[in-house]
Amino acid sequence: MAIVVKQANYIYDKGTPYETNAIKDVSFTIEDGEFIGLIGHTGSGKSTLIQHLNGLLKPGSGTIEVGGLDLTAKSTSLTEVRKKVGLVFQYPEYQLFEETVEKDVAFGPTNLGLSQEEVKRRVKDAIELVGLDFEDFREKSPFELSGGQRRRVAIAGVLSMEPEVLILDEPTAGLDPKGRDEILGQIKKLHSERQITVILVSHSMEDIAKLVDRLLVMDQGKLALEGVPKSVFKEAKQLENIGLGVPQITKLVNHLIDKGHDIPNDILTVDEAKNTILEMVRRKKNA
Amino acid sequence: MIKSQDVSFQYNKEHDNTLALKGLNLQVKKGEFVVVIGHNGSGKSTFAKLVNGILLPSGGKLYVDGMDTADLEKIWEIRKAAGMVFQNPDNQIVATIVEEDVAFGPENLGIPSPQIRQRVEDALKAVGMFDHRKKPPHLLSGGQKQRIAIAGILAMKPECIILDEPTAMLDPSGRKEVVETIQRLNKEDGITIVHITHYMDEAIDADRVIVMEGGQKLLEGSPKEVFSKVESLQDMGLDVPQVTLLAHELRKEGLDIPADILTVEEMEKALWPLL
Repeated sequence: MAIVVKQANYIYDKGTPYETNAIKDVSFTIEDGEFIGLIGHTGSGKSTLIQHLNGLLKPGSGTIEVGGLDLTAKSTSLTEVRKKVGLVFQYPEYQLFEETVEKDVAFGPTNLGLSQEEVKRRVKDAIELVGLDFEDFREKSPFELSGGQRRRVAIAGVLSMEPEVLILDEPTAGLDPKGRDEILGQIKKLHSERQITVILVSHSMEDIAKLVDRLLVMDQGKLALEGVPKSVFKEAKQLENIGLGVPQITKLVNHLIDKGHDIPNDILTVDEAKNTILEMVRRKKNA
Repeated sequence: MIKSQDVSFQYNKEHDNTLALKGLNLQVKKGEFVVVIGHNGSGKSTFAKLVNGILLPSGGKLYVDGMDTADLEKIWEIRKAAGMVFQNPDNQIVATIVEEDVAFGPENLGIPSPQIRQRVEDALKAVGMFDHRKKPPHLLSGGQKQRIAIAGILAMKPECIILDEPTAMLDPSGRKEVVETIQRLNKEDGITIVHITHYMDEAIDADRVIVMEGGQKLLEGSPKEVFSKVESLQDMGLDVPQVTLLAHELRKEGLDIPADILTVEEMEKALWPLL
């Protein structure tokens, strides 16, 4: 499902001393089935922005279109939009409340008024999509699970709604490297198997560089950069200025270019760097 | 400062036989900056809680500043000597104004109020939050809240601070604020720091790195010694700095590069003669 945002503005606490212009004239288009990384410093407006994409917030001015529906129009049913756009908040495991994993994941689809068989099919499907065994976990209380497992159950609760657009706000915050890699791997798999549109919000450039088709970079409420990861990482100086860490490899490559070495400036991974450096060493030996 | 002798710990004796710590032996010297890494379930948080006497060892002995943590009469002395900072900033702020929150600890120690005022002022200055002293904590960023939590501990004048993943919930700039604050406290005020983290880049400047796995100490040494063991770290599911990994890969290809590279600058120097 495509998303079109045009000139969106949002102001918190308008007319009070705490007035903040959280989103300023933001425009972008996300194509159906794209995997988007949304990055920005805390306070850059990224969380505010994603709440616009399922109608939780409405822009003060500008328009938001999701799958052809104009969310700013009064006549649009937001319930319909929210069935299609699944939003996984930060630390979603705090929102688990049912006695068992199965009941918790079933909460959404049950409220859609689906048949029991359909609910069960979706719950099983969603739990397996996040890499947990349905039979092992269905009867467990969410509170006897580890942090990483709880997070996955919470994500399954959104997946069971079978959204066409999945938005995840910092899904790996607070997880250890192993838990982080597992969750990101499952999101990647989900995207390629179901061909849904995914928007991943993160401040970790290293995580996101390997996964996404395209990056949107927010800074102080504005869209600062946009493009494929390779082209965005070329702007290392600007990224550092807006408080985003640049991966070590990107830094190394940029330093080598500054010193006059003739190497491509779009190297992102350790493997790419290794191959380039080996090639350079070989060239020098042969020269 | 901290001495762990063959410490083991079991959370639930009735239902579960697994040991969160299995005969842990380690020492932290006064004034040292030690980083403890290890993935979830490796026992690092259990260790932190034992140091503070929140938990008591099921076996073995743990000494803080020479005091046995199992000695109930010493528990307040121990907690005064070794302060704890936890992962979630929102769970450790109790007051509605920053300076009142920082005063909470010394008030409970029964310190006369002019002295409390002085301590709160010093502590807030030490973490760079003095200008925010009149603010309600909920208007602060995560990194700022975490610095307030550190100030709350500092106001109790501890000799040692144990930080259990204080940066896990923060963004890159919040992490930087917190890490720089604890580095300064260590260097300028000689406070012993035990910093528990997943982030390998936070371990680079430590005096010593301890890697925990399965309730035991698996690796120990200077950051360079520990990180050059790329393969064992990866086997444990831990991250290695990207340039360290690159150095490891290039060495495998026969290039003459040191194994203990941790920073981009070191990598540039090593590559210089080769390119």
